[in-house]
Amino acid sequence: MSTVTLAARDSATMVRRQLKRLLRYPSMTVQLVITPVIILILFVYVFGGTLGAGLGDGLSNGLGGRDAYINYVVPGILLMAAATAATGTAVMVATDMTEGIIARFRTMRISRASVLTGHVVASVIQQLLGIAVVIGIALAIGFRPNATALEWLAAAGLLTLFVVAITWLAVALGLKSPTPEAASNAPMPLVFLPFLGSGFVPTDSMPTALRWFAEYQPFTPIMETVRGLLLGTPIGNSAAIATAWCVGIAAVSYLWAKNTFNKA
Amino acid sequence: MTNLAIAANGLRKSYPDKNGDKNSGKSGGKVVLDGIDLAVPEGTIFSLLGPNGAGKTTTVQILSTLTPADGGTIQVAGHDLAQKPDDVRGAIGVTGQYSAVDKLLTGEENLLLMADLRHLSRREGKRKAAELLERFDLADAARKPAATYSGGMQRRLDLAMTLVGDPRLIFLDEPTTGLDPRSRRTMWQIVRELVAGGVTIFLTTQYLEEADELADRIALLDHGRLIAEGTAEELKRLIPGGHVLLKFPDPSRLDTARHLLGAGTPDPEALTLQVPSDGSVHAIRELLTLLDDHSVDIDDMSIHTPDLDDVFLTLTGRQNQQKETTR
Repeated sequence: MSTVTLAARDSATMVRRQLKRLLRYPSMTVQLVITPVIILILFVYVFGGTLGAGLGDGLSNGLGGRDAYINYVVPGILLMAAATAATGTAVMVATDMTEGIIARFRTMRISRASVLTGHVVASVIQQLLGIAVVIGIALAIGFRPNATALEWLAAAGLLTLFVVAITWLAVALGLKSPTPEAASNAPMPLVFLPFLGSGFVPTDSMPTALRWFAEYQPFTPIMETVRGLLLGTPIGNSAAIATAWCVGIAAVSYLWAKNTFNKA
Repeated sequence: MTNLAIAANGLRKSYPDKNGDKNSGKSGGKVVLDGIDLAVPEGTIFSLLGPNGAGKTTTVQILSTLTPADGGTIQVAGHDLAQKPDDVRGAIGVTGQYSAVDKLLTGEENLLLMADLRHLSRREGKRKAAELLERFDLADAARKPAATYSGGMQRRLDLAMTLVGDPRLIFLDEPTTGLDPRSRRTMWQIVRELVAGGVTIFLTTQYLEEADELADRIALLDHGRLIAEGTAEELKRLIPGGHVLLKFPDPSRLDTARHLLGAGTPDPEALTLQVPSDGSVHAIRELLTLLDDHSVDIDDMSIHTPDLDDVFLTLTGRQNQQKETTR
């Protein structure tokens, strides 16, 4: 067998290992879905009426208050779900690194990257399932997208790309963390990025300095693109910028993680 | 001539000083291994013995490709460690001091994981896993998560995982540390069976008894240097051997005995005399007869034959005295 086949085979083995581990530890997965769902319900039912009224004609699609707001807020919630899950991934990786089994893997003739690939692929599967659940709940409480099948597919593609990028980042942060406790803090800021962008309110309403940050941070173009695809709001050049951010974050984080793992 | 499973010359390793390398003086950090040579013939048990912090684990980490050495030439299982680490990895198995099992997976899943990573076929992997579970007395617990295993069971699973790929050279880094006596004996039995099957074992331990029981050759490691090497018998011969400790009822008898025997170290406070002796029945009888003939009563007597403890304490003590004046 060639090196590439062996690497693929080792990676598949590691993905199976990681999926089994996730199944054995379901409370983590459940918690990662519950957090964004609570935020969704909080924002729709508590703040939604007032925030929806302030969205303006361009974003409310003729709907009023709460009905308009749930449509607006779902893309931000989806990214928040992914960011929350990234915390879980970082903790999983950091915990794994403290276990003797990683040293065992290092003394075996296997593809080294397969250990990390296993984490990433399993986490991406876990997160996409989580996002599907969040979308399902959103639909149940009044989320009404008007996307075509192709637009759904494009949105799913971009979300997958985003999840891959943020997962590699989480893996790198997990590897860099000295303890699992530290790893649970490192990705924290990511969870707040939807707030400091166009996730919960349009950026026009923010003070200048904050607005500048909100418009140029990576989450905003991704949320704008997903919103555009699902609800028909204008996308502009957001799609290209979003894709570039995702590919860039994924590439840098991948190299960072690989380098950190090989050095340790 | 037999082939060497491990051949190392001038193995060196130092770690950067915590205070920063530049100002830490000539050594440029903490020297962990200071030029050690190892020659381990195939099919033997070689034991590296030393106190905590002597450099045992570092040696295993280097030889098992986990950590690069700073200097020295190393051949492991016939491959150059620096040039062909992957070939070395294909030939070795490592069971470390800290349990290297996936605690969320069951015992069986752990073994199947190893089989997959050793690229065995599905059927071969299953057969191997079942055989090892049986052999290591883990069949009943095969479907329980490893986290629920006792210390001894986890260590057995750990070793079973190492054996999945039939490695020819196995590193056991303090395999029985923290195990109860029964589990320790089980582990020893397993190690003996492995060597009977032609496997080479590189064993580190801080238990002299363990090295004495198992090892063909023993090397004593202290402060990053090998201070002695040989069979257990050879090492025991290295130090001034056994003695007889005599205890007397009063100082005058102690004094008489000392003059009679013409040798020995008296302890006037404890009223004891330590006389060099090989501890044989003949020598003891001669000693007692001599004392009896001169009506020197003794209260108590104990015979002490040298064991590896003496070798270890004598040799490491000598080193320590040069470095540590207090204590």
